[in-house]
Amino acid sequence: MTTSAEGLRDEWELVVGLEVHVQLKTRTKAFCSCSAAFGAPPNANTCPVCLALPGALPVLNAHAVELATLASLALGCTVHETSVFARKNYFYPDSPKGYQISQFDKPLATDGFVEIGTHADGTPLRIGITRVHMEEDAGKSIHDRYPGVTAIDLNRSGTPLVEIVSEPDMRTAAQAGTYLRLLKQILEYVDVSDVSMEEGSLRVDANVSARRWGETTLGTKTEVKNLNSFSGVERAIEVEFTRQVAILNAGGTIAQQTMLWDANASEVRPSRTKEGSHDYRYFPEPDLPPLVLTADWIAARRAALPELPAARRARFIAEYALSEYDVDVLISTSALADYFESVARAHGGAKSAANWVMGEVLSYLKSRGEGISDFPVTGADLGRLLDLVRDGVISHTAGKQVLQIMIAPGGNPAEIAEREGLIQVDDAAQLGEWLEDVIREMPDESERYRGGEKRLQGVLIGAAMKKSKGRADPRKLSQMLAARLAL
Amino acid sequence: MSALSAAALRDQTISGDASPAETVDAAVARCAAVGAGRERLNVFAWADDADARDHAALALRQRDQGGTGLLLGVPVAIKDNIATLTLPTTCGSNILAGYVSPYEATVVTKLRAAGAIPFGKTNMDEFAMGSSTEHSAYGPTRNPLAPDRVPGGSSGGSAAAVAAGIVPVALGSETGGSVRQPASFCGIVGVKPSYGRVSRFGLVAFASSLDHVGVFGATVDDAARGLRVIAGHDPRDATSVDAPVPDYHGAHEQSVKGLVIGRPREYFPDSLDPRIRERCDAALERLRELGAEVRDVSLPHTSMAIPVYYIVAPAEASANLSRFDGVRYGMRVEGEGLRGMYEATRSRGFGPEVTRRILLGTYVLSAGYYDAYYRKAQQVRTLIGRDFTDVFASGVDVLFTPTAPTTAFPIGAISDPYEMYMSDIFTATANLAGVPAMSQPIGLVDGLPVGGQFMAAHLGEMKMFAAAYALERALGSEARA
Amino acid sequence: MSITLEDVRHIASLARLGLSEQRAESVATELNTILSHMDALSTVNTEGVAEAVGSGVRTMPLRDDASAPIPLVRPLESFAPSLRDGLLLVPRLSSHETVE
Repeated sequence: MTTSAEGLRDEWELVVGLEVHVQLKTRTKAFCSCSAAFGAPPNANTCPVCLALPGALPVLNAHAVELATLASLALGCTVHETSVFARKNYFYPDSPKGYQISQFDKPLATDGFVEIGTHADGTPLRIGITRVHMEEDAGKSIHDRYPGVTAIDLNRSGTPLVEIVSEPDMRTAAQAGTYLRLLKQILEYVDVSDVSMEEGSLRVDANVSARRWGETTLGTKTEVKNLNSFSGVERAIEVEFTRQVAILNAGGTIAQQTMLWDANASEVRPSRTKEGSHDYRYFPEPDLPPLVLTADWIAARRAALPELPAARRARFIAEYALSEYDVDVLISTSALADYFESVARAHGGAKSAANWVMGEVLSYLKSRGEGISDFPVTGADLGRLLDLVRDGVISHTAGKQVLQIMIAPGGNPAEIAEREGLIQVDDAAQLGEWLEDVIREMPDESERYRGGEKRLQGVLIGAAMKKSKGRADPRKLSQMLAARLAL
Repeated sequence: MSALSAAALRDQTISGDASPAETVDAAVARCAAVGAGRERLNVFAWADDADARDHAALALRQRDQGGTGLLLGVPVAIKDNIATLTLPTTCGSNILAGYVSPYEATVVTKLRAAGAIPFGKTNMDEFAMGSSTEHSAYGPTRNPLAPDRVPGGSSGGSAAAVAAGIVPVALGSETGGSVRQPASFCGIVGVKPSYGRVSRFGLVAFASSLDHVGVFGATVDDAARGLRVIAGHDPRDATSVDAPVPDYHGAHEQSVKGLVIGRPREYFPDSLDPRIRERCDAALERLRELGAEVRDVSLPHTSMAIPVYYIVAPAEASANLSRFDGVRYGMRVEGEGLRGMYEATRSRGFGPEVTRRILLGTYVLSAGYYDAYYRKAQQVRTLIGRDFTDVFASGVDVLFTPTAPTTAFPIGAISDPYEMYMSDIFTATANLAGVPAMSQPIGLVDGLPVGGQFMAAHLGEMKMFAAAYALERALGSEARA
Repeated sequence: MSITLEDVRHIASLARLGLSEQRAESVATELNTILSHMDALSTVNTEGVAEAVGSGVRTMPLRDDASAPIPLVRPLESFAPSLRDGLLLVPRLSSHETVE
């Protein structure tokens, strides 16, 4: 039951490429020694260089180069031994020099990819990365503070960014979302950025076009800006594609222009920027010689890369025999994956380690809006707790209680279990006593169980557990019940 | 000429025979005597006797603490495009009206550390764009030797300050010849060091890949000492060269016997004023007599220097001057909205030559023209650089040429921009190649000074100074007005 | 190549330089004269010749990621044309007006 509009939409293929700006985690700005930290009073983190005072000159931050290189290598790019900074000329009050120092025709790195899944035939689905280049951020323009004027804060001016430009390889909005989530995950693994779209340390612009199925040339694209979340990116792409298809189906043509996403109205509208007037007059930045990195230095950075999400995923599946779903949860951040591994190593059982981390640990953190780095129990201690549960020293239920105490006020799991009287009872005499009490107090249920109503086992065992205050070993109790009430 | 050389002033300051305060008084008196003010020579964009006396007090304190800085007690005039903390830095432009830099140029810090007394900010062509110092917001500077004529430019105020005997040393800046050409016109010594030899931090940029801080001296020795003080690596300038700085003034002891001096034929075209050619050849003859070997050489791409220069320099300038936008400092003229403010500020703030070069630079970088102009020019620039590499690799130690095709011309004589650009025909090559070059007086034509230029390989300043000291000694007073 | 009046208006707009109509016309003439001298470059064979990058400085020096900004001896207040609460003020822009 296809409506005619959807039928027409089906004639068009969506093509998406993404440009992602990522703030690098440095202490100081890209080209001057001002603090790159947020939250300072307006224009407090400025100096002759980032205020573009007459005569001031840029000097590049070594750590920014290192972080940009790590990001590039993690994305499978070739990092070039020589790259060149260029001036991108445009006037805007939050760009104090009247040009942005960026890289143009000789970027730091090119030709990478992010694998976002598999094609129907099982081959990997890769989104190509055209280039990764370094550049400086602009300051902030505040439009709504004072009537009639725009206020400029240059604290952010000159902080280091990498721009990661993808190939137009995405064919659905969902693919774009997956690409972004994986890109963020990779950058988080190499620890080059806070990669928070909410905080602006990761910013996305989407190039969207439509073409008839089977065409090999690209349609005219629009650039969608003002995207504030990954889900917003996906929705904006859908909306823009729908808009373009409507125009194309009506026989119109797409104007190459910048569109702004309005998340509240769920619509895109053209920005007031006059197109065709962009003429950035790029030329090599004469204040900065070419950036030359030795092959040895690049190789050392490559060697220093941590295990990346894809490798970690494959290893977890192979080494721990976990489901793909579990692994994806566990490797979502490198810190969580590290934590899981420390639990699994301490405990020796990957499956229960995974269950506890994904269950108890994550739900605790979620309830508090915290991350794994905030979790107070070490992986080794959680592993010891899991040992107690596996060995039947305490029950699973008691284990959860112990964990709560380990979180606060803290302590050694065995000592907590002992102190709280949670050590499991497997003494047959004691168990038999509780069982006899239950049979006596619940004669009806006992008889029906004996008569074949096996579902009543839970009721009887539950009652015995209650008598033991949760300390009885339920497995042993079940065996004893079956033997006691056997026909 | 100044009564005392930099070396003598420094020695007398150390010995107590001269005091920094008296030195400043003498310079102030000299200003009055020669008419350095707006109404006559118009040497300074900004001068403040009290400021100079404050610096003199600091120099005295250094002396009292046993300081022996190379320029201790020596007054040094500073071009108005070099950032100083106590006097304005306005580049001869209305757009920087009233701007006093909140930080100091590295060269000024070095001068002060060496005990020098900063003495006024000298007039210049606006943003160093010019060859005559006629195009300043403060009006033209006049040549002290012939006040109806230009002092050359763009560092004409600094050249005039030295030529008028106010200071023995002055800082200028060069993008295409703005130190050497005025030195030639004013009968003094002007040095453009190797690119990267002197920090550009605090030099207001015109064309970053061509800009140099340069030094004027009344004599070769004054200039050598001035350069020794300001040269050296600066971590605040990414194009600064990290190499030891020799004592350039030590080059006076070096003989030129066996020195190979190249005479590039492209710098002696048939069209060259025969009297300038004759002065140059006479200078070469004196050097030959001292044991130097003079060799005819060729730098085949020389004629391309001006076309290359007038693409690359305006292109870089068009970006460098974007920061003058009325937002953070300097002049601001309100207009309709943001764009109106930008356009009003920049149209009112910049003079016609600066506007012309920004437009030219914007054009050669704009979409569709980049390859034909900017890329092509940078390729030819490579060939110009190669000319120098090749000639120095062939065994030539230094080159000798005229500094400028003419002597000082009358104020107002040149109105065609391109004709003015041709003033740099023999000097722009060294800026394009980044090699060191200097001008010194080699005689007179019609009573006006003629400059001869030495050029050397990158960081080859010592050989250049050795030749310059020797030639200066050989020519004696005949070289000077 | 010849610069038209329209070219002059375009580059003047890019460079944020307001030009009167009369001035624009004379600038077009001046620039054409200057550029006619640049045509000499086309006579030089530059096939395979690299573009000069700066002059004679080989590689980028890097600085440590340590915070020691170059101090301002006078604050922004002392030289900024329009400042309020530490913020620089410019004529009002709409929120997404970007490069024109």
